[in-house]
Amino acid sequence: MIEIDQISKVYDGKAAVDAVSMTVETGTITVIVGTSGSGKTTLLRMINRLEEPTSGEVRINGVVTTSMPGHILRRRIGYAIQGHGLFPHHTVGRNIGAVPQLLGWSKEKTRARVDELLDLFSMDPAQFRDRYPAELSGGQQQRVGVARALASRPDLLLMDEPFGALDPIIRARAQTDLRRIQRTLGSTIMLVTHDMEEAIHLGDRVAVMDGGQLVQHGTPAEIIQNPATAFVADMVGGVDRPLRLLSLIAVADIVEDGPATGTPIAAEASLRDALSACLWSGRDALPVTRGDAIIGRVTLPAIRAQAQATA
Amino acid sequence: MLSAPGLLFFILGCAALTAPYMTLAANRIVAGDGFRAWQLAAPGPSVLALGVLAAGLAMGVLGAWPTLRVIGAALGLGALIWLLTLGSTTLLDGAGEYARVSPAAGFWCLVVVLALLLADGLTNLSPGPWARLGILGVILGLLAALLTSGLLSQLSIMQEFSSRKPAFFDALSRHLWLSLGSLLLAAIIGLPLGIACYRKPRLQDTLLPALSFLQTIPSLAMFGIMIPLLGWVGDTIPGAQAIGIAGIGFAPAFIALVLYSLLPVVANTAAGLGSTPPAAQEAARGMGMTFIQRLAKVELPLGLPIILAGLRIVLVQNIGLAVIAGLIGGGGFGAFVFQGLNQTAIDLILLGALPTVALALVAGVLMDILVALTQPHTRHVSESAP
Repeated sequence: MIEIDQISKVYDGKAAVDAVSMTVETGTITVIVGTSGSGKTTLLRMINRLEEPTSGEVRINGVVTTSMPGHILRRRIGYAIQGHGLFPHHTVGRNIGAVPQLLGWSKEKTRARVDELLDLFSMDPAQFRDRYPAELSGGQQQRVGVARALASRPDLLLMDEPFGALDPIIRARAQTDLRRIQRTLGSTIMLVTHDMEEAIHLGDRVAVMDGGQLVQHGTPAEIIQNPATAFVADMVGGVDRPLRLLSLIAVADIVEDGPATGTPIAAEASLRDALSACLWSGRDALPVTRGDAIIGRVTLPAIRAQAQATA
Repeated sequence: MLSAPGLLFFILGCAALTAPYMTLAANRIVAGDGFRAWQLAAPGPSVLALGVLAAGLAMGVLGAWPTLRVIGAALGLGALIWLLTLGSTTLLDGAGEYARVSPAAGFWCLVVVLALLLADGLTNLSPGPWARLGILGVILGLLAALLTSGLLSQLSIMQEFSSRKPAFFDALSRHLWLSLGSLLLAAIIGLPLGIACYRKPRLQDTLLPALSFLQTIPSLAMFGIMIPLLGWVGDTIPGAQAIGIAGIGFAPAFIALVLYSLLPVVANTAAGLGSTPPAAQEAARGMGMTFIQRLAKVELPLGLPIILAGLRIVLVQNIGLAVIAGLIGGGGFGAFVFQGLNQTAIDLILLGALPTVALALVAGVLMDILVALTQPHTRHVSESAP
């Protein structure tokens, strides 16, 4: 559990981060979202003490972060940034093994961990281990950057706009990968972005920052349904709100008995996908499958009820 | 396809042929009479040698075949040497005991033109660092073989050499001590200063202008300042004179060279460390590297080519500047240059100047090879990743 307690950062008498408190549960993704200058990056950098807080403290699993030297703290916290920051003169293997090396792991243990991570990120270790970053595509570089941040099994992974430099298609795949890997490893992640879509897609919790203050902290659904301020409402986007809400709910949640024809939809798909399929094929109901078996149907009125009822 | 530089070299080479190729003087001090390239030997060998020279220059025009251009330059240089040996025999024949023959303007211009052609052709072949080292070795080997073969022993400069053999090798070692030693000391002082400048930009803002100011002091003025200063140190501090510190000699020359070296070393170190990609620096800090670890693992390896480029500037600069040491008894090849100036013996001046030029060229090429070898792998990888 990460506890951020009344943390502030003041530059030249002006508060970049103003008395922010929040708690991050172990094994969840918290996305900090805000415009540039909102203090979101400063907040993130105070957690691993790349910036020293002016006041307040951070506790990781009950331990105050100032109880150890900054570089020792940072070795326990993964850190992935925009533009990956890979060392251009080191191979992929050495890049991923950088923190284990700092921690004094044995060569064999580091190598095994590097291969394990490359496998996890769907990159063949034999093929990629000895390549240099310049020999990888942008998406591969980004994956190596995240793999490096995860190498020492850190208590916490901090990510600062990790997908900012990727094109939209690669970014969507990287987000899905991150979600999958986070579920597999049970990592605790704090991620900074300016993209509300990304926040809703990735976050178990979303924290909205504005002018150095934490204006709202809650589940994506809460943020969409009850924006605390006009700024948050603006961030979640007026007209898209029902669609964003639908994107958070799985078809499986409202599946019902009854007949339906045509191409089926998977139970794991979102209601937004189901709505889209209904509109595109002109149907009022879609068969729902789990694996190969049809388990029921999802209907347009039921989808509409979900978009409405809570709004 | 014609090579534009090749064409220029051909025209310059032909023009240089109209200048005197060699001179014959009654002794080592008086000015000699010039002889043109076709006046040096019997018609048969003359025509052959000039023909080979012209063919070599003509091959240099073939832009599409860099190998042929290199061969042409080598043929041309061979013809030049041959003409020189033919000429020294012919001219000295019956000219008297103290007569001296020397290469003249035409020869030197042709050497420069053909050397440029050789360099241009080799550059077009774009050899890797190890190949360049090999080429340098071959060229130096051939040069050594030529100088020790006795083929050129009749030339005035070689006679100056043979009458001063021990002094020459003393001067060589003194020259190397001055230039390499000052480079080493400048690196020992300058690298930490450069690192400090990188870490504290405020220090950089005050230190670099001060070092630039040192750089602008003319070398003679620098010695002028050093002579009373070191003279006083030598006289007052016990033991200072015993280790060679005095107003004139090795010490002031060495210190002046070190002072001139500091700016390139410090500035390039700071710039090299600062050239690390900002994201890589941020990542290094973020993963928990200490300042020393970041320096050793990230910033120094990535900045090394730029730092070495600074040392290259210093080395080549110091080899040239060390000549001035001859003026204040610091030794080195400068001693021959200033003796020659006093005696108006041109060939003695050349005995000091030519090895200095050769040393500087070799040092420059060696340092370039080192810089190329330290480039991170990434730089020469194509961007063909999927």
